[in-house]
Amino acid sequence: MTATPEAGADTKIPVTVLTGYLGAGKTTLMNRILTENHGTRYAVIVNEFGEIGIDNDLLVESDEEIFEMNNGCICCTVRGDLIRTVENLMKRKGSFDAILVETTGVADPAPVAQTFFMDDDVREKARLDAVVTVVDSRHVLKRLEDTEEAEDQIAFADVILLNKTDLVTAEELKAVEDRIHSINPYAVLHRTERCGVDLKAVLNRGAFDLERILSLDPQFLEDHDHHHECGPGCDHDHHHHDHEHGHDHHHEDPHSVKSISLTAGELNPQVFFRWIGDVTQVQGPNILRLKGIMAFKDDPQRYVVQGVHMIVEGDHQRDWKDGEERVSRIVFIGRELDENALVTGLKACEA
Amino acid sequence: MPVIAPVDCDTFVVKAAFLGNTAAFACGNGTVRLVGEGETLAKPHDGGLLAAAVSPDGSRIVTGGDDGRVVGVSADGSLSEIASRPRKWIDMVTVAAQGAVAFASGRTAWVVQEGGKEKEFTLPRAVGGIAFAPRGLRLAVARYDGVSLFWVNVDSPEQDLSWKGAHTGILFSPDGKYIVTTMQENALHGWRLADQQDMRMTGYPTKVKSMDWSAKGRYLATSGANAAVLWPFHGKSGPMGQQPLQLGVRSDTIVAVVACHPKEDVIAIGYQDGMVLAVRFEDNAEVLLRRPGEAPVSTLAWDARGERLAFGTEAGEAGIISLGE
Repeated sequence: MTATPEAGADTKIPVTVLTGYLGAGKTTLMNRILTENHGTRYAVIVNEFGEIGIDNDLLVESDEEIFEMNNGCICCTVRGDLIRTVENLMKRKGSFDAILVETTGVADPAPVAQTFFMDDDVREKARLDAVVTVVDSRHVLKRLEDTEEAEDQIAFADVILLNKTDLVTAEELKAVEDRIHSINPYAVLHRTERCGVDLKAVLNRGAFDLERILSLDPQFLEDHDHHHECGPGCDHDHHHHDHEHGHDHHHEDPHSVKSISLTAGELNPQVFFRWIGDVTQVQGPNILRLKGIMAFKDDPQRYVVQGVHMIVEGDHQRDWKDGEERVSRIVFIGRELDENALVTGLKACEA
Repeated sequence: MPVIAPVDCDTFVVKAAFLGNTAAFACGNGTVRLVGEGETLAKPHDGGLLAAAVSPDGSRIVTGGDDGRVVGVSADGSLSEIASRPRKWIDMVTVAAQGAVAFASGRTAWVVQEGGKEKEFTLPRAVGGIAFAPRGLRLAVARYDGVSLFWVNVDSPEQDLSWKGAHTGILFSPDGKYIVTTMQENALHGWRLADQQDMRMTGYPTKVKSMDWSAKGRYLATSGANAAVLWPFHGKSGPMGQQPLQLGVRSDTIVAVVACHPKEDVIAIGYQDGMVLAVRFEDNAEVLLRRPGEAPVSTLAWDARGERLAFGTEAGEAGIISLGE
């Protein structure tokens, strides 16, 4: 509970979180963001000054400080250093427009994201814009075999830069894309060499803005903002047209991260809120991200939800349009999710 | 009726203080505005100013900045560099009774004695807050899962006080018998040093960010609720089992800053909406010192006689309130 009125969304400082394994090209992207003339002044929080060749007095080195919250929730962790740095930066409000947070190569992105939902002070001043993950095309499959973090970073991403594409063959690239797609079909994916991407594709995405949850169709290989178009060079096989069955299907190792997309008709809101609360309480540690657009019976508006682990937030968004099909759709990205239970649970919420 | 002399700081007021008769406003843009007979603008930092503390004798205000410098600023605006840690953001500063300065950044805290002798304390986790014991011989460092107590002048093992969770701010009681920390949770934690007895002070709707001892250390005043919450420390066992005073109750906002009068049982309360009230402990009598403004009150400071109160807000509104007789 907080008694301070939330500042309007546009007065909150947008925060872009940059993740990616060591050597994937994070620093290259960061240097581009800092040097290109895009009119936005960034305050930058890095883990190590390292190779960032920028002299910027709003560049701060920060050691990751994971705080567990004393609320009995094992996955409720926040980044204490981030809370402090945001607080410090607010003393210089007006001298920057946005914040860029670079995580270490092995970092779990969840505590960073959760900080923007769980800490009232940070939440009041700043908003998470997007998690951007840089992936090394040549090494990522090996990394995914070795570590959970590499998988988490892809699962958490809103935008993925599939970097160093010049160092792999077309077949290898296809294999990498398929693997990324199986983990997270909802991130916007860009093929790049030396992180050469229009920065508009990375910055100001509004990926955590409930207002901007437009569609939950997979956006694999999307290079533009047109949600149902494929960019040049797109060769994906459109195998995600099985929504009518209520869920997507992947034949992967059951312990690896996968996405589950569920659909249902109009829902009883009370039953739905109880269900989503229970699901996130019980399965929260295994749920990395969730997003949904719900149709409630006798409600003229779409209700949108999103979540990270045990945190869920939701709001009415806009009126259903004439002719728009009133279906409820929710997407979970996580590991060891009980798909059948989720299907049955959502079905039981139907009005 | 109180009279306000406005001071335009234009940027986040990190700390207000009195250096004798001169009011000092340390601001986020790296400046310290000194308002006495005339007005002087000192610029101790190239970048932002993140923390400031006044020396107990009122001779100078010590500031820490994101340029890595720790600087003393006197009432006439003269500057003296106390330390420099290039590329570190110095966001904690405190000054001991005998003049030693402690400051911190990340996982390290330093003490600089008046003669310039330095001592470094490295912790496994980030420093959440620093405070000198009343005589300045010990430094208490708030950290994750508790507090570390260091001797400032001798190489002797640290003493640890444990309590699970992130401790983000710290104060010694004026008699040196208690340590109180603010936490990442909406709570305070305290220890009675004699026997390390724990004290939980809870019930706040938001984080507690401002604490101040009332005259003679009788009460610990705190922010974070819709009233200033004052825990009694004059009993034998401190606040344990006691109900706190609640002063200046408002229904629509939260207390952001508290500052106790140096002599009387009176408190100045700054709220999130920018209002400032003075409230008497014994009968809860309130005097409006400033109407709500543009931004939360970020700092309050009484002069030594308790006749004037300096205030500042997050939006750079500031001023000196004369209470008159």
